[in-house]
Amino acid sequence: MAEETIIKNSGVKLAAKDYATDQDVRWCPGCGDYSILKQVQSVFAELQLDRDETVFISGIGCSSRFPYYMNTYGMHSIHGRAPAFASGLRSINPDLNVWVITGDGDSLSIGGNHFIHMLRRNFNLNVLLFNNQIYGLTKGQYSPTSEKGKITKSTPIGSLDHPFNPLALSLGADATFIARSMDRDPKHMRAILLRAEQHKGTSLVEIYQNCNIFNDGAFFTFTEKETKGDTVLFVEQGKPLIFGANSDKGIKLDGFKPVIVDLKDTSANDLWIHDENDRVKASILTRFFDDPSKDGALPRPFGIFYVEKRDNYEDALIAQLNKSIEVKGTGDLDALLRGSNTWEIK
Amino acid sequence: MTAVKEIKDVVTILFAGDSGDGIQLTGGQFTDTAALLGNDISTFPNFPAEIRAPIGTVAGVSGFQLNFGSIEIFTPGDQCDVLVVMNAAALKVNLKNLKKGGVIIANSTGFDKRNLRLAKMDEEYTLQNDTRLEGYKVHEVDVTKLTRETLENSGLGTKAVDRSKNMFVLGFLYWMYDRPLDITIKFIEGKFKGKQDLIDTNIMVLKAGFHYGETCEAFPTQIVVKAADIEKGVYRNVIGNEAAALALISAARKANLQLFYGTYPITPASDILHTLSRHKNYGVKTYQAEDEIAAICSAMGASYGGALGVTASSGPGIALKGEAIGLAVSLELPLVIVNVQRGGPSTGLPTKTEQSDLLQAMYGRNGEAPVPIIAAQSPTDCFDAAYEACRIAVEHVTPVFFLSDGYIANGSEPWKVLKGEDLPKITAKFAAPRKEEDEAFMPFSRDEKLSRPWAIPGTKGLAHRIGGIEKENLTGNISYDPDNHELMTKLRQAKVDKIADYIPEQKLDNGKEGDKVLVLSWGSTYGVVKTAVKELREEGQSIAHAHVRYMNPLPKNLGALLSKFDKVLMPEMNNGQFVRIIRDKFLIPAIPYNKVQGLPFFTQELKEKMTEVLNAK
Repeated sequence: MAEETIIKNSGVKLAAKDYATDQDVRWCPGCGDYSILKQVQSVFAELQLDRDETVFISGIGCSSRFPYYMNTYGMHSIHGRAPAFASGLRSINPDLNVWVITGDGDSLSIGGNHFIHMLRRNFNLNVLLFNNQIYGLTKGQYSPTSEKGKITKSTPIGSLDHPFNPLALSLGADATFIARSMDRDPKHMRAILLRAEQHKGTSLVEIYQNCNIFNDGAFFTFTEKETKGDTVLFVEQGKPLIFGANSDKGIKLDGFKPVIVDLKDTSANDLWIHDENDRVKASILTRFFDDPSKDGALPRPFGIFYVEKRDNYEDALIAQLNKSIEVKGTGDLDALLRGSNTWEIK
Repeated sequence: MTAVKEIKDVVTILFAGDSGDGIQLTGGQFTDTAALLGNDISTFPNFPAEIRAPIGTVAGVSGFQLNFGSIEIFTPGDQCDVLVVMNAAALKVNLKNLKKGGVIIANSTGFDKRNLRLAKMDEEYTLQNDTRLEGYKVHEVDVTKLTRETLENSGLGTKAVDRSKNMFVLGFLYWMYDRPLDITIKFIEGKFKGKQDLIDTNIMVLKAGFHYGETCEAFPTQIVVKAADIEKGVYRNVIGNEAAALALISAARKANLQLFYGTYPITPASDILHTLSRHKNYGVKTYQAEDEIAAICSAMGASYGGALGVTASSGPGIALKGEAIGLAVSLELPLVIVNVQRGGPSTGLPTKTEQSDLLQAMYGRNGEAPVPIIAAQSPTDCFDAAYEACRIAVEHVTPVFFLSDGYIANGSEPWKVLKGEDLPKITAKFAAPRKEEDEAFMPFSRDEKLSRPWAIPGTKGLAHRIGGIEKENLTGNISYDPDNHELMTKLRQAKVDKIADYIPEQKLDNGKEGDKVLVLSWGSTYGVVKTAVKELREEGQSIAHAHVRYMNPLPKNLGALLSKFDKVLMPEMNNGQFVRIIRDKFLIPAIPYNKVQGLPFFTQELKEKMTEVLNAK
């Protein structure tokens, strides 16, 4: 593999920094986006992905500045529409490695429609959803993932909207790869990104990302050492669902109901074993969405929830075209212009 | 009985009935037969927005007007000579469209109590007692009954039998106009292939209608319309939307590009999608997106990747695409935006025609966002104009509007068959790969056309970023610099203006410089304005006609040409849009003449207005 990929990048072995552009990164100091950018560049170096064969497409928002910082092809498009640009691009050139960068407002509010249709069509794309539960670029209004009652500039006495659960929504739209990671766990994020890149289909990775200016600490319960142990559940293929600061708790399925059990009383063999190909279990897992401050709250899962093999839209599009050529022959321009019904004026 | 034959130059027939009566098919068949006999033709289908509006009601009336002749024809005709009505509602709606003293052929069953009630007419109404019909030649034919009798022993149910009654009408008209049946027989055999019973019954009814004309003494005269003196060659019939679709395929083929058509269904543009989707073996990729916005953005994604990206819609859909069109202007990517205009605002009149989206195409975006605009003038011209839109989009690396409208999109005309080799060349130029040691790539550098390089992902050494934020000249990097923004704004405008160097100068269609009045038209009014001006000139009037196809940028000589006339009259099917542009650009008191009824102009009303302007001091 090494030899082949070196030729891809004009004969040079690239380091993570070679995937960075000469543009100054303009996110606020301390923004979670830096960590994501770094991991993406690192994954690109690890896989020696071809810069000239890669396209980053984004919408609008803080996260959507991302393409300017990747030394690949890139398009910073319009609010919420990145999936639509990516769909057209993949349809006409399925050799390109296309990444969609989006945020919670971009993908779930203004671009909600494109988001669900992208998932059901299953274009071969990697989609990174930076979820910071706030509108950052417009300076701090609540977003469709903000918790109910959120006090922001636009909701001084609290927001009224019930928030979206992005992964449950994605599974509902028949996504073929859904995963969750966080900005403050680079190692985990890196592992998830590698898997996402390898999945053929739309890989949706939701990344909990801290906006230290307008929504600082939104995910600290899940990302900080003090609380992380009891609130976070890392799922791994074939492994039992175990969590807790001392790995002393597990999840067991009582029928379809997940129950927290103490490992002192229950053997690990009796726990829910994670199977990323099980759609029913994945749908239960996406519903682990409790407010972590509540008593008996289920831990928030991170990792790959669900993977499914399904045809890509663009492959089907090309196959249909080829089939049509096979049946009717390659279209002849003169025959097209002539049509089926002619007459002659002599 | 041998009928007397009467020769006519031109005849206009209007078929009207329920939208479920097969009116469009009947009209289409008569058209095909007329075309194959060498008549010049022009058609105007006029149908309700509802697919199956309540049967028998005024809302459900569908019409198909056909003008055919042995002389050159440019319009579907003003009022018709013959009005065929399948029911009372059809007469109620269309009597005003019949010439004084014209012929009415009415299906008697369509005037029974039930149909009169549905048409909200007096249940005691009879055609004989209708004083408004004095002076008209009214022929009642019990089409329903005669069709049922013809198929008495066919074994078909009443519903299926009644469905073929349009064939009786068609057969009867074929007799009236001395036409052969074989073209329609061939059509029936194709349409019902594998269903021999339907082939047999439809042909039986068609022939029954023909024989009815022969034997019924009410019609002693057959009308003969001889072949027109048309340029020699092989012809086909084409509908405007179909012509546009063929142009897109042809342009992509000539430019050696993939065609990607991203769209969302909307009346009256959807037939372009239908035509394209039948031609996948031409490498056409059609994409029915989730909405209008995704439709244009997917087309732009395709263009960005090196395909000819095309999106199409009608006014409301174009409004939704507005932001993306602005991005296309900012990114400077090739893109063809088709607007098959209909009556507006909002949902407006989906199945009716209007020219009211010109200013939307010119100005309907935020910021300074100029887009070239080309407008088609007739069904066959939808081919040439759409092809030209593709050429400009590809060669000047820019979004381009192609404007059509419901009238020419659904109308049809004979079209002299073109050969692929006769089509103008289209040169797509991609930026060449770059080596490490080469100079840095400048995605916003410009060539002699002021176009930037079309640098497609996958090209070695050209990795670069583009976006909707203002770009620094040459590098394309984000720039908020005030002077740079002004420079880029002016460059984008200059690039569009520069297209004027690559398009033909404006010519007069009729008349000469120095005539008293110039009629300046654009889009689908071409045929009717041409006809009106031609007739007035034949009457000795000092009137000329110029028809504009390049709406933005305008031809370089247009201002000089307009200055050669005392008065400029501008008929438009809107509330005065092009006239604003002309007044603004050339500071002349152009005179607007507007019709906003969802219908094309009539020759007569245009002639009256022209005469008024000619006679005014």
